[in-house]
Amino acid sequence: MSETSLKKTPLNAEHRELGGRMVDFGGWDMPVQYPAGVIEEHMRCRTRAGLFDVSHMGEIWVEGPDAIPFVNRLTTNDVTKLVDGQAHYSALTNVGGGVVDDLLVYRFGPEKLLLVVNAGTTDKDWDWIKSHHSEHDDLGMRNASAEYCQIAVQGPNAVGILQKLTETDLSAIGYYHFTEGSVHGVESIISRTGYTGEDGFEVYAAPQFAEQLWNKLLETGNYGSDGGILPCGLAARNTLRLESAMSLYGHELGDDITPLEANLGWITKLQKGEFIGSAALTRQKETGLTRKIAGFEMIEPGIARDGYDVYIGEEKVGQVTSGSPAPFLKKNIGLTFLPPQFANIGQEIKIDVRGKHLRARVVPTPFYKRQK
Amino acid sequence: MSNIPENLRYSKDHEWVEVDGDTVSVGITDYAQHALGDVVYIDMPRVGDKFTTHEAFGSVESVKAVSEIFMPVAGEVVAVNDGLNDAPENVNNEPYTSGWMVKVKMDNPLEADAMLSSIEYEEYLAASA
Repeated sequence: MSETSLKKTPLNAEHRELGGRMVDFGGWDMPVQYPAGVIEEHMRCRTRAGLFDVSHMGEIWVEGPDAIPFVNRLTTNDVTKLVDGQAHYSALTNVGGGVVDDLLVYRFGPEKLLLVVNAGTTDKDWDWIKSHHSEHDDLGMRNASAEYCQIAVQGPNAVGILQKLTETDLSAIGYYHFTEGSVHGVESIISRTGYTGEDGFEVYAAPQFAEQLWNKLLETGNYGSDGGILPCGLAARNTLRLESAMSLYGHELGDDITPLEANLGWITKLQKGEFIGSAALTRQKETGLTRKIAGFEMIEPGIARDGYDVYIGEEKVGQVTSGSPAPFLKKNIGLTFLPPQFANIGQEIKIDVRGKHLRARVVPTPFYKRQK
Repeated sequence: MSNIPENLRYSKDHEWVEVDGDTVSVGITDYAQHALGDVVYIDMPRVGDKFTTHEAFGSVESVKAVSEIFMPVAGEVVAVNDGLNDAPENVNNEPYTSGWMVKVKMDNPLEADAMLSSIEYEEYLAASA
């Protein structure tokens, strides 16, 4: 794919200016890392603050009297439990219970929801959602992905940094809650959510303000050469989410993986009533899982990577779905699907690291949990 | 601009060698370490292992990816830099000094002479950029 055909976020020029190493990420021209390097970016987000351009994520508005029942039919979590100003993590499922995508559902009002979906799956999700729109639904839908930039400020200093730029009292916004407010004079959605395992916010605004918001956040968070906020690329975003054992679509989630298998029973509300995939998921819950996600850490030196084969004894039981060094924990960790009888804490497994079967063990997840 | 010391020889796979009689020290270049990013682990051969030219002799793991490293000259490994077990970041910080990986006794001591000079390696990088 030539560079010119890649989609660009409104911050593309900023990434290049900052020395970001750009890669093709699902058709988007995105920074994988900046000159500070993945480890420093990761550590800065854990200990101070990291800034992420997540403008490539998709935004879909669903409005009208049937908005809540409609989204409730499409997703696993119980949308009727949301209150205005609250968001939840959820999954779009197919009839087989597999995950079409994972997403955030924001409730702006009794007839107004915002769905925030993955970048690479936005078009697929939009088609999927549209295809389930029946003529009986009193509903308006809009794929508004191009109308927003999205910037995430994450880490223990995130609240302090963002608070300097807004009149909104951030302490009043609970985890997985949001409000509409002004950030540095720009009308924004301010959401206490993120994908790093840290406290922090995701700010949505019109794309023409992306550059000024980004630069103002960097300037405000800059406490000096070693202590300030750092822009973080996709590589750090991945190691941060993996340490926190958050699922990544295409790795721990996919059309043939159910949320129950992915340890997302907590967003799968089978009691709420029928939704697409609910029958299959109920059946799976009754008959029992044949595989479930497990976290592991390497015992022997070596790094498991996505796609490496996993063995128990001589028997191949699966593949690594995500594997990487964990910069904060200073361990080599990963996720893999295992037969449930082998998914217990302490179970020894072996990972085929380029021909060598290296020992690893199943450990509790998340690998990293921040101190509250 | 990459650091390319004049006294070393280079391979097109971005390894360098420093010749000392019929033995060479082997590492990866400044350009290579920069392209890899933060090095966190190096899988190295053992003393006594023998390799042919261009044979993979180990791998360098960065946070994001793994890359094989290739033997620029045929021969036998006579020393391994164990210091990299505890400080793999030396490959990033000092690729030509504390970041050396192995010492190899060459089967054919003329082989290193046939590798790229610093000027030729610089031209090679410029041409492939």
